[in-house]
Amino acid sequence: MPHTKRRRLVTSAVAVALGATALTACGSGDDSKAESGPVSLTYWTWTPGMDKVVDLWNKGPGKKDKITVTVKKQASGDTLVTKILTAHKAKKAPDLVQAEYQALPTLVSNDALADISKEVGDSKSKFADGVWQQTTLGTDAVYAVPQDIGPMMFYYREDLFKKYGLKVPTTWEQFAETARALKKKAPDKALTTFSANDSGLFAGLAQQAGAKWWTTSGDKWKVAINDAATQKVAKFWGGLVKEGVIDNQPMYQPAWNKALNTGKEIAWVSAVWAPGTLTTAAPDTKGKWAMAPLPQWSLDQDVTGSWGGSSTAVTTDSPHQAAAAKFAAWLNTDGDALNALAKEGGIYPASTSAQLSGAFSNPPAYFSNQPDFYTKAADIAKTTAPSAWGPNVNVAYATFNDAFGAAAKSKSDFGAALDKMQDATVADMKKQGFGVSQ
Amino acid sequence: MTSTASRKSYGVKGAPYAHPSPTTTLKRARSAPYIFLLPASVLFLLFFALPIGYAVWLSFRKAHVSGLGLGAGARKEVWAGFGNYTEAFHDSELLHGALRVLGYGCIVVPVMLGLALLFALMLDTERVRLAPFTRLAIFLPYAIPGVVAALMWGFLYLPDVSPFYYVLDKLNLPQPNLLDGGPLYLAISNIAVWGGTGFNMIVIYTSLRSIPAEVYEAAKLDGATPLQIALKIKIPMVAPSLVLTFFFSIIATLQVFNEPTTLKPLTNSLNTSWSPLMKVYQDAFHRGDIYSAAAEATLIALATLVLSFAFLRAANSRNKQEEAR
Repeated sequence: MPHTKRRRLVTSAVAVALGATALTACGSGDDSKAESGPVSLTYWTWTPGMDKVVDLWNKGPGKKDKITVTVKKQASGDTLVTKILTAHKAKKAPDLVQAEYQALPTLVSNDALADISKEVGDSKSKFADGVWQQTTLGTDAVYAVPQDIGPMMFYYREDLFKKYGLKVPTTWEQFAETARALKKKAPDKALTTFSANDSGLFAGLAQQAGAKWWTTSGDKWKVAINDAATQKVAKFWGGLVKEGVIDNQPMYQPAWNKALNTGKEIAWVSAVWAPGTLTTAAPDTKGKWAMAPLPQWSLDQDVTGSWGGSSTAVTTDSPHQAAAAKFAAWLNTDGDALNALAKEGGIYPASTSAQLSGAFSNPPAYFSNQPDFYTKAADIAKTTAPSAWGPNVNVAYATFNDAFGAAAKSKSDFGAALDKMQDATVADMKKQGFGVSQ
Repeated sequence: MTSTASRKSYGVKGAPYAHPSPTTTLKRARSAPYIFLLPASVLFLLFFALPIGYAVWLSFRKAHVSGLGLGAGARKEVWAGFGNYTEAFHDSELLHGALRVLGYGCIVVPVMLGLALLFALMLDTERVRLAPFTRLAIFLPYAIPGVVAALMWGFLYLPDVSPFYYVLDKLNLPQPNLLDGGPLYLAISNIAVWGGTGFNMIVIYTSLRSIPAEVYEAAKLDGATPLQIALKIKIPMVAPSLVLTFFFSIIATLQVFNEPTTLKPLTNSLNTSWSPLMKVYQDAFHRGDIYSAAAEATLIALATLVLSFAFLRAANSRNKQEEAR
């Protein structure tokens, strides 16, 4: 009878649908068959133009796999971490999030990020080891796919260096000499500033010197923010500020912009993304800057730190973790996706092959005078020292802002400020109950 | 006559539902206010009592992590007792923040209210010209959002971009650093005074306008000068609004947040926990410790309550004393 047949069909269809929902609701994502239905994912990111990159996915591979991604533009960095953690408390975090490398341990320790090693493990070879290691936190799990990196470099005003007869420093000792020489020749100018409002800069400089702020042994964390390497870096910059040969004003504020734009400050220790910042901060000096590798602590070394950079992670709240991981892998390894990311979002990709791809054959417009900008950048990126992040980077960073801000202002001992940073970080970890070894 | 008769007849027929007994009427009358109160109470509970209760509850909790704290289930929320409170009491940063705000308040409140009273009295004199325009001009800064005002003043304080410093430089005059040390307090207070004077002036001015004209006539017949009228009649008669504006100002001072937060990126002298409320924000949103933040917020709320009520009490008892005289 057609009637009963139809009824049976309806019942089984409902059963299948229910079963599928039940499976996807489990969220384990082990069974790829459970993902066969159309899936829609939400992605929290701050990268400009990400919606255009995601369009490529939604019209291409995403359409084939019936995985649609929707971008929700967010504020960057720490603000987003707080928002993710709040959403996670309500079990309502989005499927995909952008997270800076140093925020990954915080997110993982709040159980907000899913282990996607099964889905994205094959992508490991596309990235430098030091970059990939940041997404595993030294475990067998993989918590994110690297997106962009920020290898540190030295930027300087080529014309003014020539004018004052300064040589580009290759060691930090020469850097100090250059600062002194400039102060002698032009007392109203300074080589650069030590700014206490972006902890990432200091963390990157310490990383270059070989510092490992957080390490694990067994089930205990070891915090070494005031280790010998970091002490060396802190004393070096503290000494220059005390001597008065470099400035102590914070970065990213009108006075700093003006100093860069008028040549009051003639160099900036920064990262690969500096052209973007300089374009807005010092528009009048376009084409007058040049980029060089970061000065080294000893002549036989060739390492740099990293400042910035972020990854794409899948949350534990996502009901479609496998599909989300698939997108994350595509976004950060596919040639077209990375090209679009570079063009629309202006990011410097973590994927090593993309660093020399078409999007990076020409230098950034601001550095049109340096045709090999990105070839040089790719070489420098290879020398990035491994980094070691812990679960309360936010606390260390907040203490840095206050302690180093005060020390820079009073031109006092940076070593004491560093000890404060170490103590506050250890105290916070102990308070929360983390195992901490001395 | 007929109506009474018919009513009686109902009663006689013995239909209790048709004729409500006195007790049910009373019951209904008694429940009526509660029914009227219901919407307000529900809103109060949902959007006021419940969030506060949750914040207080959070202040007695803390996160507890075991081992490395990585992976699922490593972080739990546990009972903390008064731990967050004892910590807040021993936190020197919170105390320093409170002292800084005290110093800031000692500048802001007298200057702002003094100016507001002065402007209100000046506008209320008889021979003032352009009163509506002046009133609006003084009030206007209040309409500008606090963050925008702080940004604007911040740019004016920065030597490298400020037009004032340009002029000082051209005139070879000393250029003080307003974003450091003692002048910093003046710089922050200035923003608050600039923004708040207009509002307080309007409050005082409105109550000045409500003083009956006969009072002034009587004073003039007695030969009082305008100054005497201002000091001996106007100020005592607007005392209640002075108390009110003072009360508002104390609360606003304890909650200072916008100005120092906006100025912070411009100088090394402002730290992330400059005022107690900034410390709460820092703990909740940068350090990710909402439990400590909740305890600190509760303490600030209590301090605000105690201070405001102590002030209102003092003001009231003075009024009573004066009335008794």
